[in-house]
Amino acid sequence: MTAAVVEIRGVSKTFTTGRGPITALEGIDLAIQPGEFVSLIGPSGCGKSTLLRLIGDLTPPTAGSVTVNGKPARQARLNREYGMVFQAPVLMDWRTVQRNVELPLEIMGADKAERARRASAMLDLVELGEFARAYPWQLSGGMQQRVAIARALAFDPKLLLMDEPFGALDEMTRERLNLELMRVWRQTGTTIVFVTHSIPEAVFLSTRVVVMSARPGRISKIVDVDLPQPRTVQTRELDRYFEHITTVREALRRHEGAGPPDERDLEAIRAEGVAG
Amino acid sequence: MTSATTLARGASGSGREALAAVDNRPSRRTRALAMLALFGGVLVVWELAKWLGGDPWRIHTSLFGLPIDYEHFPPFKWRIATDLALPHVWRIVGTFFEPAQRNGPPLAEVLFGNAVFTFGEAFAGFVMGAALGLGLGIVFAQSRTAERAFVPYVVASQTVPIVAIAPLVVIFLPIGWLAVAVIAAYLTFFPVTMGALRGLRSADPRAVELMRSYAASRVEVLRKLSLPSAVPYLFASFRIAASASVVGAIIGELPSGIPYGLGSSILNFKQYYVSGPEKLWATIIAAAALGLVFVGLVRLAEALVRGGRGSLVR
Amino acid sequence: MTRGRLADLAPVVAVFVIVIVAWEVVLGALGVQQFLLPRPSVIAASLVNEWGTLVEGLQYTTIEAIGGLAIGSVIAIAVAFATARWVLARETLVPVAIAASSMPIIAFAPITNNWFGTESPVSRMTIVAVMVFFPILVNTVRGLTTVDRGALELMDSYAASEWQILRQIRVPNALPYILTAFKVATTLSVIGAVIGEYFGGPRQALGIYITGEATLFRFANAWAAIVLACALGIVLYLIVAGIERLVLPWHASGGRGEGGGR
Repeated sequence: MTAAVVEIRGVSKTFTTGRGPITALEGIDLAIQPGEFVSLIGPSGCGKSTLLRLIGDLTPPTAGSVTVNGKPARQARLNREYGMVFQAPVLMDWRTVQRNVELPLEIMGADKAERARRASAMLDLVELGEFARAYPWQLSGGMQQRVAIARALAFDPKLLLMDEPFGALDEMTRERLNLELMRVWRQTGTTIVFVTHSIPEAVFLSTRVVVMSARPGRISKIVDVDLPQPRTVQTRELDRYFEHITTVREALRRHEGAGPPDERDLEAIRAEGVAG
Repeated sequence: MTSATTLARGASGSGREALAAVDNRPSRRTRALAMLALFGGVLVVWELAKWLGGDPWRIHTSLFGLPIDYEHFPPFKWRIATDLALPHVWRIVGTFFEPAQRNGPPLAEVLFGNAVFTFGEAFAGFVMGAALGLGLGIVFAQSRTAERAFVPYVVASQTVPIVAIAPLVVIFLPIGWLAVAVIAAYLTFFPVTMGALRGLRSADPRAVELMRSYAASRVEVLRKLSLPSAVPYLFASFRIAASASVVGAIIGELPSGIPYGLGSSILNFKQYYVSGPEKLWATIIAAAALGLVFVGLVRLAEALVRGGRGSLVR
Repeated sequence: MTRGRLADLAPVVAVFVIVIVAWEVVLGALGVQQFLLPRPSVIAASLVNEWGTLVEGLQYTTIEAIGGLAIGSVIAIAVAFATARWVLARETLVPVAIAASSMPIIAFAPITNNWFGTESPVSRMTIVAVMVFFPILVNTVRGLTTVDRGALELMDSYAASEWQILRQIRVPNALPYILTAFKVATTLSVIGAVIGEYFGGPRQALGIYITGEATLFRFANAWAAIVLACALGIVLYLIVAGIERLVLPWHASGGRGEGGGR
């Protein structure tokens, strides 16, 4: 059994606010295998973004453990073993596109030639090579996100965490970038954890969809998406595609708002978590 | 939550600091203590400078019945640390309670009376300047052409040294305190204009569109949307304007020859500096206090107007 | 782009011309209070006649203004950088600085005259330095700390050190704030220098000249000097605005285009 890239055991996260404690996540168990594309989907407040940040050690869990590549999440962050893409591109206006992609490499101390080489390679990967010398404010939103993706991959991490990266874009750009992401995923073989609001996007991109419910944030169902690879434009027309979408939608509806998950789902989740 | 073990670089994590900062902001008490420590530190440095390089210390007095005889000859000679240039802290405190003139009331009383007088001028100036500033702000918010044409002059007006114009204003307006108020207003209208302009424009453009869809008139949009949106910015500018009005009033008093007010006190004690440098320092403290009090009043007004929501715009 | 710029300047220039012309004509016609507020032509004549003295005064005052500005800003920025890291230092210094700027710093002028001598420019430089210190400190601290949370998270994901975060994120973020504060500081510096001179200064100082000429009722000369002082402030302001354009081109061209389709 290959070792899981990400292992989340019994994780809870409570925030203390001025109005008292808020439980963002409770009893999360999840294992993610190498090369998977796992989406986290759920209503607002279900903790999916928090879960992503727990994996990235951008916030610590209140209980439980998060392991990345066999080490504690903090160690993985210090070793720079993952790349992150946010909903906002967070590019530096005063740097060219190429220098933006080089940013993580600068921080990690790579020398000039190496940085330039890798940055170019990544820009070519996302097909923005000719914009290397442009500035972020000269690019469209979709292009800026592609630069952000190139930057996240610049140091060749095995794990990519994406927090609704295409949320701010229009539907058509979104679908195009979904295809691009699939291509990049195939070429790099990275494991991807992807947070989204969009059911079709989750189903289209993922090998597994993790459906979450809110108040408190829990995993309510995990859907295996057995659509053929590679995912293409045709994939969106398959019957199985729509069936999966319906499954996810129903899972979301069933666990809307308060209420514990179904007993059978709990067992399945536990089974998933342990088997990983 | 997390044990703050400072590991290698990056362990502290500014992102988490940003999150934690909301919760871990130092408490009121800690901040108050820190400010007290800062103030105390300044006093210590003050006296230390005098101890090292000031005039000889000769203290022969008694404190709570215990006699104190302390003589000290500082090793260095610094011009800035002499008793004339830098009076002892306790001398400055003490001078508040001593008469300002022979057989006169204590200095504190004199300064308080003068401060109230100056406050009156400053307040009048503040009201005039704020009214003018608000008016200009409304005009500029309505017309970009007017804005582009006149704002540079509004800005440039502040580069004209008012102390130069002050004598002219005083000659022009024979009523002493009114001239000073006008000078105070001159310093006040600028921050209020800029604050009003910014505030009136700050309304969400979509809210403006909404009002237009109701065929609301310009005046209604102003009343129901622009002005309420401008309130935080206005109050922020009022705070600046309040302290500016005090500065303006004091500066205005200087050439006016009015025998009242903190400005006249400054001139008076400057003239007789050699006989009592502490008095000038005391006057400066009084002026500083006046500025702080006025700004405090504005904050109070803001809290009342906004129902305790406090100031969003710092 | 040039055409846009010209169109922008047109109203300002128009107002200037109109006011000057009106001033000249109206006062000429009415002949009222001319000795207090002379016609522009009379002021211009004074400018020409007194040019030598005026320039000397201008030089002296400029040194005070720029010297004080340099000292005050360097110390303020240094303190801001040193304390931006520690939340307690920030939360203590910033309110104190804001409170301190409510106080009439000018009132210290007689004291600095006593310290450094009335004739020495250092006396006014100190006043100017203290005046500009507070706004620059407050704004620099704000610029260093009011950083987009997403950017901080990004740097955390790179396990970047505090020093790297400072260099890559905080400093570029702070530049617009610092430059804005400088624009305020330039006007303050000229005002501080001239007002400081009111309390005493050498014969050639601009402020001394103005009050002197006013006392002798030679208002045209006084106004000529005032015009120069005003021009000094404006020139310094424009220099900073120019630097802002150069250093922050993305700011000038309307900021980031986030998510906006093209």
